[in-house]
Amino acid sequence: MITKRYYGQFGGAFLPEILVATFDELVAAFEAAKNDPSFWQEYQHVMSTYSCRPTPITFAENLTRFFGGPRIYVKREDLNHTGAHKANNVMGQGILVKRMGKTRVIAETGAGQHGVATATMAARFGFNCTIYMGEVDVWRQRPNVFWMERLGAQVVPVKEGTRILKDAINEAFRDWVSNMDDTHYVLGTACGPHPYPEMVAYLQSIIGKEARRQLLETEGKLPARVYACVGGGSNAMGIFSGFFDDPVELVGVEAGGDGLDTGRHASRLASKDGSIGVAQGYKTCFLQNGDGQMRETHSVAAGLDYVGVSPILASLKESGRVRFEAATDKEVLEAAALTIRKEGLIPALESAHAFAQAFKEAPGMSGDDIILINQSGRGDKDIFTIADAFNDPAWQKFIIKKAEAYRA
Amino acid sequence: MLESYLRERMKQKDILLMTHLVLGYPSFDDSFKIIEAMVEAGVDLMELQVPFSEPIADGPVILRANQKALESGATVERSLDLAKKVAQRFDIPFLIMTYYNILFKYGTDRFVAEMADRNLKGAIIPDLPPEEGGEYLKAMEKYVMAPILIFSPTTPFERMRYLANFARGFIYCVARKGVTGQDTSFSEELVSYLSRCRSATDLPLAVGFGVKQKEDVDFLKAKADIAVIGTQTIRIVEERGVHSVGDFIRGLR
Repeated sequence: MITKRYYGQFGGAFLPEILVATFDELVAAFEAAKNDPSFWQEYQHVMSTYSCRPTPITFAENLTRFFGGPRIYVKREDLNHTGAHKANNVMGQGILVKRMGKTRVIAETGAGQHGVATATMAARFGFNCTIYMGEVDVWRQRPNVFWMERLGAQVVPVKEGTRILKDAINEAFRDWVSNMDDTHYVLGTACGPHPYPEMVAYLQSIIGKEARRQLLETEGKLPARVYACVGGGSNAMGIFSGFFDDPVELVGVEAGGDGLDTGRHASRLASKDGSIGVAQGYKTCFLQNGDGQMRETHSVAAGLDYVGVSPILASLKESGRVRFEAATDKEVLEAAALTIRKEGLIPALESAHAFAQAFKEAPGMSGDDIILINQSGRGDKDIFTIADAFNDPAWQKFIIKKAEAYRA
Repeated sequence: MLESYLRERMKQKDILLMTHLVLGYPSFDDSFKIIEAMVEAGVDLMELQVPFSEPIADGPVILRANQKALESGATVERSLDLAKKVAQRFDIPFLIMTYYNILFKYGTDRFVAEMADRNLKGAIIPDLPPEEGGEYLKAMEKYVMAPILIFSPTTPFERMRYLANFARGFIYCVARKGVTGQDTSFSEELVSYLSRCRSATDLPLAVGFGVKQKEDVDFLKAKADIAVIGTQTIRIVEERGVHSVGDFIRGLR
C-alpha cells in the first residue's frame, strides 16, 4: 500500500508499480529514523565533526550600511563541507542508507553541488556511487565533475531531453528501477514522490533551527524577513521551517533568467507560466505547455534550472505563508558582485538570487528590522560563469594559456 | 468488453500478440502505416502511446521516440485523432498508453470520455497507481473503458490481489525490473513469477518488457495469454524501415 502525503493539493506518490515496494521500505526506514532520537543525535554528530555545523550567521555590516535599511544577516551554509547546504541532506540520507543495509547510492545533480556532496558521502561511508548529470550542466559545472570522479563516483552525462536537471532525475529513476535491491536514490531536493519532500525538508530543517536560535542569541529578536533561493526548494524549506510559527515574512526567490516576460526563466511560482501537473512522481506547479509537456527552463544558475518545485512550497504559496519573487540573471550577477566586494562573501549564483531580492527590498525597510539571507552555497564553483559575466580579460588570457599548455 | 474479446481470441490462438507504438514517431503518416502493417500481420490488440516529455518508465529507445515525436509537432489532439482513425478503420481493440500528466492536463474525465468517443477500449498509465488514480478509475468505469493495471516482479502477492480489484480487460505483467527495451532472461524465475500472477487474478495475463523474438513468444505460451512487443518494433522500423514491420510480426508466431 502506497503511503502518500499531500500538502494541500500538492505532493503524492505517482509511482510505477516496480518501485512501490522500494518506497514502502524507504517510508518505513524514514519513519523509524524520525521516531528514534538516536538518529538525529547521530546526524548532528556527523554534521558537527565531518561538516561545519552549526554554521554561523554573519552580520553583513557593510551591506547594512550601504543600503541604510535593516540589519542584514547571512546564514552561512556555504561553510558546510563541499560548500553548500546539500551536505545536510546527503549525510542524513547516508545514515539512512547504512540503516537500510544498502551498498550503492545514485543521485542526480544540476549545479554539481549535490553530486559532489553525494560522492563525498559515498566515499566516507564506503558506498558505490553513480551520479547523473545533464550534458548541459556537465559543461557549465565541469570542475564539480572533476571532483566527483576523484571521489570515486561514476558521472553519467545525460543526453536525453533538455539535458539538464529534470532529465538527470529521470535517468536516476531509470537506474533505480533496475537496481533497487542494493541501491538507494539520494534525491537532492524536497521534490519527488513521498517521502522525499518530507524527508529532505526534515534533514534541512537543521538550518532553520540553528538560525532562529543564533539570531535570538545575537540580536534578541526575530528577523522581519527571511530570504532563500528556490530551485527544488530544499535550502528554502530548511531555513523557512525554523520560522513557520513566528511572525516572520518568508520570501522564496526563483530564477528569473532573462526576465519573466521573456519565457526564458525557471520561475514556477512567481511567474504566471507555472501550472499544476504530475511528473517525476509528484504533483506540483510545473513549467509546462497546455498538453502537459515540460518546457525548457533557463537560469544562469544550474541549480535553479528546474521545471518543478517542492510540493510543500507550492502549498505554502497557495496558503500565502511564503511570498515568491524572481531575480533575473543580470540582477543576480550584480548582487553577487556587490556581496563579494562589500563583505568578502562569495555566494553561489543560486544563493545570489536570495541576495538580489533582499537588496531590492532592503532600502524600503526600517533600520530597526533584521533580515536574514540564506547563503546556501559558495560561489567558487561558478568561477567560469562569473568570469564570463564580468568579461575578465586576465582570466581569459590565463584560460587560453592553460589550454595551449594542455595542447602541447 | 475487452476481456470477452480477448477470451474469444484466446480460444483460437495459443497466444495473443499486443504491439506498441509511439504516436507521431517517426511521423503520423508512418504511425498509420505501421499500425496497418501490424493489423494485417495479425496482431490481436495494440497500445498507442501518446508522447510525453518525461516518460520515466521507458528505456532509451522509446524515450527517444517520444522526444522525436514531440519535436516534430506531435500533440495530444493529433495523437487522439490518429487513434480515432485507426479504431474506425481496423477491427482490433486499441488502448492508449501514456503518463498521467497527459490526462491530468486534459482533464481526466474529459480525456477518458474522448477515448470512449473514439472507440478506444482501455488505457495503460504506468505512473498512476490506484492509490492516486481515484478520479481516473471512476471515469474509466463510467465510460466502460478497461484500466490496465501492472504487476511487477517486486509486487507482493497481497498487492497483486489489491491491484486486480481495480483492473479490467487484462493485467500487464512486467517481466523484470528495469525500463522498457532491455534484455529479459526467460527463465524459471519468470515462470514462478507468472504463476504467482496467475493465482492473484482471473484476468488474462499480458507479459511485456524484453519480448523481442519468436523464442520469447514461444516461451510465454501456456504461461501467459498475451505477449507484448514494444521496443523491438521501433528498432525494426529504425533499422529496416516501415515496410519490414509486417514480416517481423508474422515471424513471431
